Amino acid sequence: MSGAAYSVAVKTRLGRFHLDAAFEGSEGVTVLFGPSGAGKSTILSAVAGALRPDAGRIVLGGRTLLDRARRIDVPPERRAIGWVFQDARLFPHLSVEGNLRYGLNRAGEGARAIAFDAVVEALGIGPLLQRRPLSLSGGEAQRVAIGRALLRQPELLLMDEPLSALDEDRRDEILTFIERVQGAFAIPILYVTHSRAEARRLADRVVRLDRGAVVAQGGADLLAGPTAGASEGRLPR
Amino acid sequence: MTLSPDDWLAVRTSLIVAGRATAFALPVAVLTALVLSRSRFAGRLALGALVNAPLVLSPVVVGFLLLLVFGVQGPVGGWLHRVFGVRLAFTSVGASLAAGVGAFPLMVRSVRQAFEAADPRLEIAAQSLGAGALDRFWSITLPLAWPGLVSAALIGFCACIGEFGAVITFAANIPGETQTLPLAIYADLQAPGGDAHALTLAGLSFALAVVGLIAAEALQAFGRRWSGR
Repeated sequence: MSGAAYSVAVKTRLGRFHLDAAFEGSEGVTVLFGPSGAGKSTILSAVAGALRPDAGRIVLGGRTLLDRARRIDVPPERRAIGWVFQDARLFPHLSVEGNLRYGLNRAGEGARAIAFDAVVEALGIGPLLQRRPLSLSGGEAQRVAIGRALLRQPELLLMDEPLSALDEDRRDEILTFIERVQGAFAIPILYVTHSRAEARRLADRVVRLDRGAVVAQGGADLLAGPTAGASEGRLPR
Repeated sequence: MTLSPDDWLAVRTSLIVAGRATAFALPVAVLTALVLSRSRFAGRLALGALVNAPLVLSPVVVGFLLLLVFGVQGPVGGWLHRVFGVRLAFTSVGASLAAGVGAFPLMVRSVRQAFEAADPRLEIAAQSLGAGALDRFWSITLPLAWPGLVSAALIGFCACIGEFGAVITFAANIPGETQTLPLAIYADLQAPGGDAHALTLAGLSFALAVVGLIAAEALQAFGRRWSGR
């Protein structure tokens, strides 16, 4: 784990919810960890550019994406950030291959370091290329969504609880693919979850959030707690 | 039921008038629907009211207003006549204008429905993949909405065929030129002994409308599946 790859500081108010969070993300996987409603997804939206915070500054690899004080706000389509959603959000009118190439075709010719074949190989989606998204299982769709985001040639990959729509067996499979992708392409990942098991498995760095504020940030040891190894909130009650 | 050459002429006139009206009105309806649903500007309410006015105005009033504006003495009609030598009032093109204006609110409504059937979260995904606003419209919004747009065109086409008051007021009742099916029915009803003939044409109009509306419904249903809803 090297130093900070990006830094995020956002302050915003959504109704009665106040978000005031600042943290640094590293190479590898940075996990935004905290209970539902802590503001994790709101932070991802701000980093992606889908939400404009009242105040804040977001710097990625020396590039300032947002600085409200200096009136800098790079539009989402030019932020070079891939975004994997809870639901795969594949384009239903395009084939799997069409979905994968959507971002690739829009990345500058010179910036195509991540190759189509390599991504298809790493995610094991070769047999799916001609399929329609609506015919895919949840796990397959999420693998395609990860591939689509990667082929966009991102400098940062956002993952917003990408396993939450999947059943138990598929979750483990997708986690393995995420680890493989991280190993193969070395794109920093900002991963949102409220599952301690997921966080512990993936995290190089941990940012703990609660009620719109960062309560701790540091190494994976932050995940040790009174409930370590036990309840994940998803087990049968 | 056999159709006389005059009947065929009315059918042909209807198809030409309504086809031309739909072809011109659909792109305008798409633009209007986008402006009304996606932008926030001061005149938005006024534009919405203007677009929907033909829905609540008497078609005769619509035709009369068109005469005032697009008639040879009117500001727009006069200019077209002086500069291009084009006359709209009492012509086939004028019939299309009147029919198109009458059907316009219905088309805008159907187009809005078509766009609303597309999931806006897909646009957020497309934006995160590097697509700008225009790019997203062409690559995501439009392809997802196309069955709904064809359905809107069909509904508009049927409404144009059915338009009576605005057409007869602005374009008169000229066989082969502006006499669409409803105008031919009206002419038959005015003539002694024309009732039977009017009934034939009415049946034909009814059949056209039902086929068009069933096709429009089917397209909308297909569109919902197509866009993954």
